[in-house]
Order: sequence, then C-alpha cells, then structure tokens
Amino acid sequence: MRDAAGMAVTELAAAIASGELSAVEVTRATLARIAARDGVTHAYLHVDSEGALQAAAQVDRARAQGEKLGVLAGVPIGIKDCMCTRGLPTTCASKILEGYVPPYDAHVVERVRAAGGVIVGKLNMDEFAMGSSNENSAYGTARNPWDSARTPGGSSGGAAAATAEGLAGATLGSDTGGSVRQPASYCGVTAIKPTYGRVSRYGLIAFASSLDQVGPIARNVRDAARMLGVIAGHDPRDATSVTRPVDDYEAECGKDVRGLRVGVVKGATDRGCDPAVVEAFARTQKQLTALGCELVEVELPHQEHALAVYYIIAPAEASSNLARFDGMRYGLRVNGDDLRDTYARTRGAGFGPEVKRRIMLGTYALSAGYYDAFYLKAQKVRTLIKRDFTQAFSRCDVLITPTAPTAAFKFGEKSGDPMSMYMQDIFTLPPSLAGIPAVSVPCGLSPDGLPIGLQICAPELEEKRLVRIGHAFETAIAWNHRPPRFS
Amino acid sequence: MAAPTITIDVVRHVAKLAALSLSPTEEETMCRELRAILASMAALEALDVSGVPPTFHAVAMHGGLRPDEVRDSFPRAELLAAAPAHEAGGFAVPKVMDGEG
Repeated sequence: MRDAAGMAVTELAAAIASGELSAVEVTRATLARIAARDGVTHAYLHVDSEGALQAAAQVDRARAQGEKLGVLAGVPIGIKDCMCTRGLPTTCASKILEGYVPPYDAHVVERVRAAGGVIVGKLNMDEFAMGSSNENSAYGTARNPWDSARTPGGSSGGAAAATAEGLAGATLGSDTGGSVRQPASYCGVTAIKPTYGRVSRYGLIAFASSLDQVGPIARNVRDAARMLGVIAGHDPRDATSVTRPVDDYEAECGKDVRGLRVGVVKGATDRGCDPAVVEAFARTQKQLTALGCELVEVELPHQEHALAVYYIIAPAEASSNLARFDGMRYGLRVNGDDLRDTYARTRGAGFGPEVKRRIMLGTYALSAGYYDAFYLKAQKVRTLIKRDFTQAFSRCDVLITPTAPTAAFKFGEKSGDPMSMYMQDIFTLPPSLAGIPAVSVPCGLSPDGLPIGLQICAPELEEKRLVRIGHAFETAIAWNHRPPRFS
Repeated sequence: MAAPTITIDVVRHVAKLAALSLSPTEEETMCRELRAILASMAALEALDVSGVPPTFHAVAMHGGLRPDEVRDSFPRAELLAAAPAHEAGGFAVPKVMDGEG
C-alpha cells in the first residue's frame, strides 16, 4: 500500500472523498512520519496530534453522512508559526511570544479549516520571518531534508522542509522578500507568492505590511494551485485585500503554453550565481523553447537597487509593527525600574540578534532628519522597480529568473555576515517590491544532488499564468525527485 | 543628504527610540553591522528620483475600509489570559504617573 503521508494533496483529497482512505488513517500516517523524522528535520515547533485526529474524524463522519466535502477534506496541512491559530501556540519562533496562544484563527487558517484541511501543527521559521536560512529561529533551526547539514532556506524553512519530507500534504508559509520561494527552491518543492492583496493578512503577524503575503508550499504545481484557490479572496478585515473574484487556478493545469512569451531578464545570472544555477537556468530556457514558448530578452534596469530598497522599507515597517511587543498584553515581560525600562528590557531579552538589527536599522531609517533620505527615497526607487516590470510585461506574458543564486548552503556559511545572507534574496525581492505574483518551481539538481529553483513572475493578479506555465514545465521535465529519505 | 557615521552614541540614541536594551557587546556589533549595511546602500544616493512618486502600496485595487458596524469583540477573559499580568479586568502595567495610583 502507498504511504499516505507521501501522496499529493489532490490525490489524497480524491482518495478520501472516494473512501479509498479515511482521513483518520491519513492523519495517523502523517503523525507517524513526523514522529519518525522530525527529530532531525525539526520542521515543527508544535504538533497538534489530538486536534488533527479530531478534525480528521469529523471529515470521516461528514463523508459517512453524505455531506459535501471541501477540496482539502482530510488533507494534513502545516501552518507557519507566524499565522494565528485559535487554541494552538503561535510564537513566530521568538522568545518574546513563548507560550502565546491566540484567541482567533488567521483568515487563511479559517479558509483551510472550512475546506476540510486538517491542521497538523505549527512550523519552524526565522524569528518574525526575518532570515534566509532558519538559523534565526529561537527554538533551534529546521534542517534541509536533502542534507541535514544544510539550511532549508528561510524564512519559511520549516514549511518547505515539512512539505519536501511529507510531514504534511502541503503547508502555508509567508513571503515578504522571498520567504516561501527561496526555501521551496532549496527543498525541491513549489511555492507561490501571490499578488499583494490577493490573500488576506488578517491574523498573519505583521513583519512588513506593504510586502507581506501568505503563500502555499506544495510538492507539485497543481497542489499549490488548489491551496491558493482556498486561501485567496477578499476579506473585509484586511483593508489591502483585493476585491476581484478569484480565478480557477487549478483549471490552468494541463493547458497549452505554445506561443507564450517568456521574458528572460538580461544578465540575470551575472550576479554571483553558482555555476550549477547558471547551467540549470540555461537548460530551463531550452526546455521552455521546446514546449513552444517564445523567449524574449527583457531588461529590469533598476533591479540592482532592490536589495537596498528592501532593506530600508522592510526594517522600517518592521520597527513600527514590532513596537506592539512591549510585554504588556501578551508574551514575555521582564520587569524594569519603570514602564520604559520594562519595555526595553522585555524587548532586549525577547528578541534575537537579527530582529534587533532590523528594528535598529528601521528605527534609524525613520528617525528625524533621515526619513526623506532613506524611507521616502526607497519608496520612490520602488516605483522605478515597479515601472521596469510594467515595461517588461508589455513585451512578455511572464518572466523568469533563478529563484536564488545558489542551492542550499551549509549552516554557518553565511550567518556571520548579514550582507552575504541578504544576497540570497536578490531575485525574489524585485517582484515583492512590485507587488506582483511569482512562483518557484524546481528546475533541476546541482552536481551535489541539491535542488535548484526557477522563479516565474507574472503581472498583477495573473497567478493563473504561473500555474499554467509552472505545471507545463514541471510535467515536461518530469520532476519527481524527492529527498533521499522521502520513501 | 549624506548619512552620518554610525557611532556608539548613534546606536544608543536609536536603541532608546526603539525601546530596546542592548548589552555593550551588542552595541559594538550593531555599530559595525549597521555601518556595513548602510554603506551598501550608498548607490541609492546617486539615483535621481526627482518627479518620481513614492509607492506606498504596490497594488491599488484593494477594497478599502469596511462599513463601520458594531460587532462582537473577543471575550475579555480570553484576552487577559494571554497577558503577563492582569488585575481588575484590565492589563496590569507598571505605574506610569507619579502620585496616587
């Protein structure tokens, strides 16, 4: 018999709906796999066995009574620990929120539950989603299932690792500057960063509000499309939530991509890419041509400024958002001499080094006299970056870059130098700043046997193009590589 | 406008604004790292953005504000249960004013 924990989301949902498998046995298989493997991978910060089995039993009861099942009915789903889950700890992998149990579900969590998804637990991440390697988790780093000496990427490292190793059918991560795409690339799975506003941020603990989006991570494009269909849509509780109706993303799987114009960013791999990534990207272009796509060279002249712009805007917004963690209403409190001293000691003890660094950077960039020189200037350059994409999309339907300049690196390799760590995001930052959707799909293995990711970007609210081409590409290269310990 | 050199005094001032206590070692590290990060941003200074509007919201198609209607909030006991300290139905915080409390 097949191991239910390794099956795709759409296969699982079909098998449960037909009665071939029960939701309870699928959940048990997933929990057993977590028990057997997560001691090494450490993808989960909290596993809710009891709640998951109850939710699964409810799916089985609903089926027995002939009720219509949701599109995720009985599918085990993991949630990154920055999304609020009613009754389940939510820490953002930070000591400042240790033991915090939210009184409500994030919008995306409500949606997953309403679709019959079984929430298995909360996933490891870089503290407050700040990081590219998971080394900033206050509770020990998640490890890459392909090689446990290497990072699963970040900040949604636990989500990508859990998905790659079959510790959930699919997971939800969050992406501010690449945080679902880069770990998906490192772990050989697929992740979609939706258009800013396509998915409600209600209940997502804020990092940088003008950039944050929740996105699905799955083992194939069809699964990611189904997950996106579940979580996308207007929510009046998020004022930036887009009202336009949600497309049928899954219906794009299997559609023809002949004649699709694919923009290749000029000089995309000139900047610090590993030879294996350069080679995989070149091979990808040939494969897309073979599929009948038309390759077009495009330019994004202001892309080189994305790193500086991002590391002004995101920390500035973070320094404001994280002001709420002051030890008064939730989480840690360290008593000081007076109120201000209590704030400072609580935050000094509760936040880790990267979070402190970004709060400091952001506070500096917003401080009196520097707002125009840093924050306002960065927001203007952001306009130029966005215009570059608008111009490029007048000549192509989607555009491609590598997802990251390297495959998964070893722990400790970049943690001593913030700038070299930030460089991992050079390809994922520009679409985030422009608010446009992007997907990362696996496009090959390095000579070391590590996955390499391809990033495909589309204009605003054209996620369906990403699904169409992503699915066609994944099918063409017959991507079925799994970590060595997968089966 | 050129940014000033980051010194320990600047770090202490910013930490105070951020309500963040830092150890002397953290202050040193922060000073070094902020200098390096800000130096990497120098290329932005040369870029001419006159006449370019800022992008505060990348996507303009949002639904805006919801109707201002009275709705149920969370049960008080549930919210207070998450607080480090509470008394008399409110969050207990250090004294903020002099005189009779």
